[in-house]
Amino acid sequence: MAINRKVSLWNGLRYRGGSTMWVWVLHRVSGVAMILFISLHVLAGFLTQQLGSDVGIFINTIYESLAFQVFIFLCVLYHVINGIRIILLDLYPKLIEYQREVTWLQWLIFIPVYGLAIYIMITLALKGQ
Amino acid sequence: MISRKVVHIGWNLEYLMFLFTRLSGASILILAAVGLVMAFIMGARQQMDLGTLLRWTFFPNPNHVVNTVADVQAGWQNGFWEVMQILIVFFGVTHGINGLRVVLEDYIKGNVLQTIVRVGLFLLWIFIFVFAIYVIRAG
Repeated sequence: MAINRKVSLWNGLRYRGGSTMWVWVLHRVSGVAMILFISLHVLAGFLTQQLGSDVGIFINTIYESLAFQVFIFLCVLYHVINGIRIILLDLYPKLIEYQREVTWLQWLIFIPVYGLAIYIMITLALKGQ
Repeated sequence: MISRKVVHIGWNLEYLMFLFTRLSGASILILAAVGLVMAFIMGARQQMDLGTLLRWTFFPNPNHVVNTVADVQAGWQNGFWEVMQILIVFFGVTHGINGLRVVLEDYIKGNVLQTIVRVGLFLLWIFIFVFAIYVIRAG
């Protein structure tokens, strides 16, 4: 079976893979978002520490805002839970049969953990801490 | 559409990076768990906010985690935390750069472009890693 990885963007958007495809898309988008976040964060630290420029402080001010923290925590937590699923399914290939059920189980783990964390973040922000 | 040649199982780049992605992902989880537990042991229970806790978890450097707990500062400027930082930066950056390579190579065509992307990502990897080592040693 030949693997064709070089698919055009249009064909990729037209493909209807169902829930497991959206898991893959979310894993990819959250991964790229984290790379952007961490690269800019390292750059901001370098600019502030070594050059004393205001650009680094500007970038870090965005990162410390509530909306950004809620977004980046979504990326990190989803990437982590989905990564654990990938590792476990690679170790136990028989479980791939239950792929769809597992993707729903992921949301059952994700929603309470994420909900509790953003509840704490928002209540602390409202208190002004 | 052009089909790629079948990749045989063996010690090639794709297989090595497949293994590395899994192992480094699991390693980052373990390192983060150690950082989180140690932060709690060393006083995060009383005086830390969520942001500081996450900074401690993912990059435990005295310049990065600024806190007001007096006894913590002296307790964690040692070799153990330097090794922790170097490990988490190595696994994190390599995992991320390799992920970017996999994503980009899905959307580019041609060997020349692939080589340019790989060289660029390799230089970026070296740059971030050298800079991170500098920050760790200076801290």
